[in-house]
Amino acid sequence: MSAAADAVEVVELVKRYGDARVNALDGVSFTVRPGEIFGLLGPNGAGKTTTVGILTTLVRPTSGEARVVGIDVVREPVRAREQLAVIPQRSNLDRSLSIRDNLIFHAAYHGVPARERSARADALLEQFGLRERAREKPDFFSGGQAQRVMIARALMHAPKVLFLDEPTTGLDPAARLFVWDRLRELKEEGVTFVLTTHQMDEAAALADRVGVMDRGTLLALDTPDELVRSLPGEQTIDLTLTGDATDGAVDALRALPRVERVEPLPLDGIPGVRLRLYVAGDAPALVAPAASAAAERGATLTDVRLGLPTLEDVFISLTGRTLR
Amino acid sequence: MNVVAAQPVAESRTTQTRTFLAVLYRDVYVTGRELPVFLAQVVLQPLFLLFVFGKVLGSLGYTRANYAYLLFPGLLALTTVLTAMQALAFPLVAEFGWTREIEDRLLAPMSTGLVAVEKVVFACLRALTATLVMIPVGILILGSIPWRWSGFGLFVAALVLGSLLGSGIGLVIGTFVQPQRINIVFSLVFTPLLFTGANQYPWPSLARLRWFQIVTAANPMTYVSETMRAALVPTVPHIRPSITVPVMAAAAAALIAIGVRGFYRRALA
Repeated sequence: MSAAADAVEVVELVKRYGDARVNALDGVSFTVRPGEIFGLLGPNGAGKTTTVGILTTLVRPTSGEARVVGIDVVREPVRAREQLAVIPQRSNLDRSLSIRDNLIFHAAYHGVPARERSARADALLEQFGLRERAREKPDFFSGGQAQRVMIARALMHAPKVLFLDEPTTGLDPAARLFVWDRLRELKEEGVTFVLTTHQMDEAAALADRVGVMDRGTLLALDTPDELVRSLPGEQTIDLTLTGDATDGAVDALRALPRVERVEPLPLDGIPGVRLRLYVAGDAPALVAPAASAAAERGATLTDVRLGLPTLEDVFISLTGRTLR
Repeated sequence: MNVVAAQPVAESRTTQTRTFLAVLYRDVYVTGRELPVFLAQVVLQPLFLLFVFGKVLGSLGYTRANYAYLLFPGLLALTTVLTAMQALAFPLVAEFGWTREIEDRLLAPMSTGLVAVEKVVFACLRALTATLVMIPVGILILGSIPWRWSGFGLFVAALVLGSLLGSGIGLVIGTFVQPQRINIVFSLVFTPLLFTGANQYPWPSLARLRWFQIVTAANPMTYVSETMRAALVPTVPHIRPSITVPVMAAAAAALIAIGVRGFYRRALA
């Protein structure tokens, strides 16, 4: 019965395509909680798209179980489709229909009553900044505009789980931020998201939890912060100090716990002293003690930069390769 | 633990019927808004064939006076089969190949097979419309057309089974042909189909050209043309309906079965 509580549940999922010699998906298990933004991060061919394909009923698993809001997607694909929506990377909008009709017909396919369709379509067109273009056909829409229409279309049948494939790959920065903002708003309304991405900044910015995939397996699964924190190795803090007694301050910093060594950095014309502290473990937690230590010796901290590892480093540490 | 993936169970009929009708309505709505274009597209070819072979050559004395009457039922069969075929093949190749438009329908709450069935039903509707429009067109060009109410049953059989046959061919082409090859395949299929379907000549009269008679017997459209002639111009020699109707039904069933398999192959990985 615990399955019903999860938005998505995947158990030992295996997929081998046709006469392929290796499994595209090789025993993947995870769950996604309701209202969560869940990211699958990995390079092309990692198995992200296959995982989402199975969950969205268009890829049949070789073995294992996959459920969306407690519904087995293999046994009851029709019921599952009522609860989920898919936003693909490339536009699959209906080119024979206007933007508004794309929304209206999608709702009709999903059995939304006729009188509700119009109201919902108009509200979504407004929310996604598409009202002026509602009568146009999607032929000449840019990637970002098509993406907006597809998200609005997906929301027409009020799905519980939304699957997004590389949601902002190929979008310009403004379009990207627009999509991210809308997704965060929808999350507030309780929609669950599963997104695949090979862009680590997208995963870090959006996802509550990230599953790192490579070669059909799930290598790690945690919040972006925890994944980064779990990395072995050093983090750094770059400090700029000004004041009369910077020498004493440097000694005090060197004496702080977890500071392994301190190296001077070139000044580049900035007045004062620039230092790099090499820290064992969590660097951000050491910023406040470092500022106090400097202040006690009469130096003022004027600039702090953290050298933190990213999800890219997590991927490299797990696989020995870069994401791209 | 469940090792092999589970099998689908029977799902709500009401939901699926509602979705099926909504998808069918989408196709009707789109065609309805471009009805003149659609009609021009499907009627132009049989219209010219009828005009040149039925009217012009007859007026110039190159064909016998009653040739137009022999030709007209054949052109009805041609319109039925080719309209249904074209309503499926090209859109399907595009939708699976590059527009990906079909995904929104594959993700609608109905079984994948029903998405294919909807395509067939809609192709048949287009074929029926185009064929019925050929009747006033024929009257306009020829002044009168052969018509027998006593042959109405056979006419309907040719219309319905011919539409299904055409959609079966379209479904097979649409799901088995790669997008980059559709133009080649279409010209390789279309032209031979057009001239070996006994549309322009009655099949029994080919006895003098035995090899060609065998070739045309392999074209399922031949049986549609022959049924149309049996319905409208029974005095012209034709294959017996007791042969043509079962052949049409069997060919349509086989082609649609193969096409639906191809559809599943393309829709589900």
